[in-house]
Amino acid sequence: MADTKAPSAPNPAPGRAGREGAARSVLLRKARELSLVPALLVLLILGSFLNDAFFTETNLISILSASASLAMVVLAESLVLISGKFDLSLESVVGIAPAFGALLVLPATGAGFGTELPTGVAMLAILVVGALLGTFNGLLVVKLQLNAFIVTLAMLIVLRGLLVGATKGKTLFDMPDAFFSLATTTFLRIPLSVWLAAIAFVVAGVMLRYHRWGRSLYAVGGNVEAARAAGIRVDRVRLAVYVVAGVLASVGGIMYTGYVGAIGANQGQNMIFTVFAAAVIGGISLDGGKGTMFGAVTGVLLLGVVNNMLQLAQVPAHWIQAIYGGIILLALVIARVTTGRAQD
Amino acid sequence: MSTSDTTGQRPLVEAAGIVKRYGPTVALQDGRLTVLPGESHALVGRNGAGKSTLVRMLTGLEAPDAGTVLFDGEPAPPLGDRDAWRQKVACVYQHPTVVPELTVAENLFINRQPSSRHGFFSWRTLRGEAARLLDTWDIRVDPEARTADLKVEDRQMLEIARALSAGARFIILDEPTAQLDNREIERLFARMRAFQQSGVTFLFISHHLQEVYEVCQAVTVLRDARWITTAPVAELDRPALVEAMAGGLVTREESAARAGVPDDAPVLLKARDLTSDAYQDVDLTIHRGEVVGLAGSSGSGKIQLAESFTGLYRPTSGAATLQGSPLPFGDVTAALHAGVGWVPRDRHEQGLVKGLTVGDNATLSVLDRLGRRGFVGTERRRSVASDLIERLDIHAEGPDQPVSDLSGGNAQKVVMARALASDPRLLVLINPTAGVDVKSKESLLRRVDSAREDGTAVLVVSDELDDLRRCDRVLVLFHGRVVAEYPGGWSDHELIASIEGVAAGHTHSQGAEHDG
Repeated sequence: MADTKAPSAPNPAPGRAGREGAARSVLLRKARELSLVPALLVLLILGSFLNDAFFTETNLISILSASASLAMVVLAESLVLISGKFDLSLESVVGIAPAFGALLVLPATGAGFGTELPTGVAMLAILVVGALLGTFNGLLVVKLQLNAFIVTLAMLIVLRGLLVGATKGKTLFDMPDAFFSLATTTFLRIPLSVWLAAIAFVVAGVMLRYHRWGRSLYAVGGNVEAARAAGIRVDRVRLAVYVVAGVLASVGGIMYTGYVGAIGANQGQNMIFTVFAAAVIGGISLDGGKGTMFGAVTGVLLLGVVNNMLQLAQVPAHWIQAIYGGIILLALVIARVTTGRAQD
Repeated sequence: MSTSDTTGQRPLVEAAGIVKRYGPTVALQDGRLTVLPGESHALVGRNGAGKSTLVRMLTGLEAPDAGTVLFDGEPAPPLGDRDAWRQKVACVYQHPTVVPELTVAENLFINRQPSSRHGFFSWRTLRGEAARLLDTWDIRVDPEARTADLKVEDRQMLEIARALSAGARFIILDEPTAQLDNREIERLFARMRAFQQSGVTFLFISHHLQEVYEVCQAVTVLRDARWITTAPVAELDRPALVEAMAGGLVTREESAARAGVPDDAPVLLKARDLTSDAYQDVDLTIHRGEVVGLAGSSGSGKIQLAESFTGLYRPTSGAATLQGSPLPFGDVTAALHAGVGWVPRDRHEQGLVKGLTVGDNATLSVLDRLGRRGFVGTERRRSVASDLIERLDIHAEGPDQPVSDLSGGNAQKVVMARALASDPRLLVLINPTAGVDVKSKESLLRRVDSAREDGTAVLVVSDELDDLRRCDRVLVLFHGRVVAEYPGGWSDHELIASIEGVAAGHTHSQGAEHDG
């Protein structure tokens, strides 16, 4: 045996073929990132054939407006997922944050707290509520080291219960215009909420790609030990992500309120399933460390377009859920096949 | 003895009197290490000798309970100051400490991306810096490649490059050759020599002693948590090194007493040409009532070979028969039905379901025999479990006690009980006495004897010489090949030498003929 490892010849280079192979794999990776785009295009073409009203400016804008608040929550969830954790409670934040703001401004006769604070303060309070809830989640998960899935599931239920309790299950109307302005104000005929969501995605995308903080998210989600060894303050990063996610979800909540025109006690309910579906279809890994903002956006748009097509096709309301769920399943399968990797 | 006295050079790393305890276990009683700048220093010792504990102290992951660590004559930085540690020392572990989804370039500069403004950085600069770094040290890895796609040798180079760029010139390689094939090992050694000429110092941990003689200039031996010796390799020949690792006492007692299996005993297990990533062309025959030991270092493929018979690991080619009928591969349930009982390599990971009771755990693999149509008779199970508890002398209150209450030894007996519950014809024991006390160990090994008397074929995979001493013969695996076979009566020295890959030549030819 001893002669098998005699002092060796000079280190053979991996060679040109190796480098070209690597370059090809880089290309392939980039291509996979775009893999949902053809699917989206196919859907758009299909939609325009099925219904004349589909490929009109009004309809396309309505798809975008309808998707804006979902997009914000998907963005929030994607950040948490990339850092390797979960936050299910975001759907309840979507309800309770704007409701809290509304209760601050509404008179006691309108089911509010009767404090009748100025609108600006209320709007700020909405964001603060999002941040505080995110902090609370983060402390439980990061500092107390509770299981993120189950903690945020409990928070989902608690927050929903608080909202129902505070509003006695009633819908809140008659808020100041500021509550709806994100949906009603338009710029270039596109609602402010869509612009805001787009900006949020671009900023998040740039931060994730070109900023240290963003890259540390991938490092933490991809291999905690390696991240820690590289001097990243893992706990701090994860806590910050929960706070940011809470704020983003509360913004998503205001958009939702503007889109619907009122705050129901069930605002945001069951939204989290769609959020996860969009994120996973868009290539965000539930295991952490993987995924891009571009992918997340395509996931959101894909579901938005499908939803819109179902409505235009006048599918009976009772059946929409079953079909929508089936399409999500199908999309997951297609995404799995086209991206060629396990959705862990 | 300290090498620094003889050369007069100031040591780059000096650890003295290191003590580390984890609860009642003493991981390191007297750890010492003196590494001179520019040398490759080997750290050797059998499993449990305290090598990894010493490495944890040297890399600042933990503080020793007593003793000092000096770098270049100065005390080691405080534990919290990761940056200061990173500039002094880095360890390339067997498990990767890189982020698999990121590119090579990015892994090189995680959290310290070059020339960033307000945290924003330019990918072009990052890639350029990475390429320059890799070029400087002549490391041929594509900076754009996804790290998860790298081969082990390239990943090791990436980790070395990262350490060098952080400023460290002392690099610990923790069994770097365990996952490499021979050509890759040659390349690694060539790289190490080149690095050394550029002023890098290595601490090289390996189970393969001939590698120590090949790349290292000095060697430190640990045994039973203590420093034994440090010497230039030229002054410590192989027998002396093996002796330092194995200790003075040489036992031949029990192994010699074994009468052996009669030649006409029927063959129970017959495996031919088994090949996989972990081992090549292995033939193995076990007779009725025969106990065969399988020895080898951690990267030798012995565990994978044993797990091939239990269905956990699938060989790429080859076939095996148990009592004449083919043994299915890659299917645990089918292996169980075919008559294979086994103790998995790690009772915490694969052996026991922590939340269940002793009885549940002991009968987990035979539930289908305890009732009809999938229903399990409670009374039936209790009585089977009680029998097993008695048979194996498990110290438990009864079958209903949670298995998590038991001591290591008794927990391992539960795992053994499950292996025996199905009355297997082939019993595969992987590290059957790992981490158990002396009394339980005896009791577990007596089970091996009674299985032998019942006419079971037994395969024992272990690092413990005491386990192997019970065997009728011991096969040694080295880099995935059977390199030696010892009938009962071997000495510790020859077996250890063979496991570590030294002086295996002369037994090789004999072994190959016996085997198969």
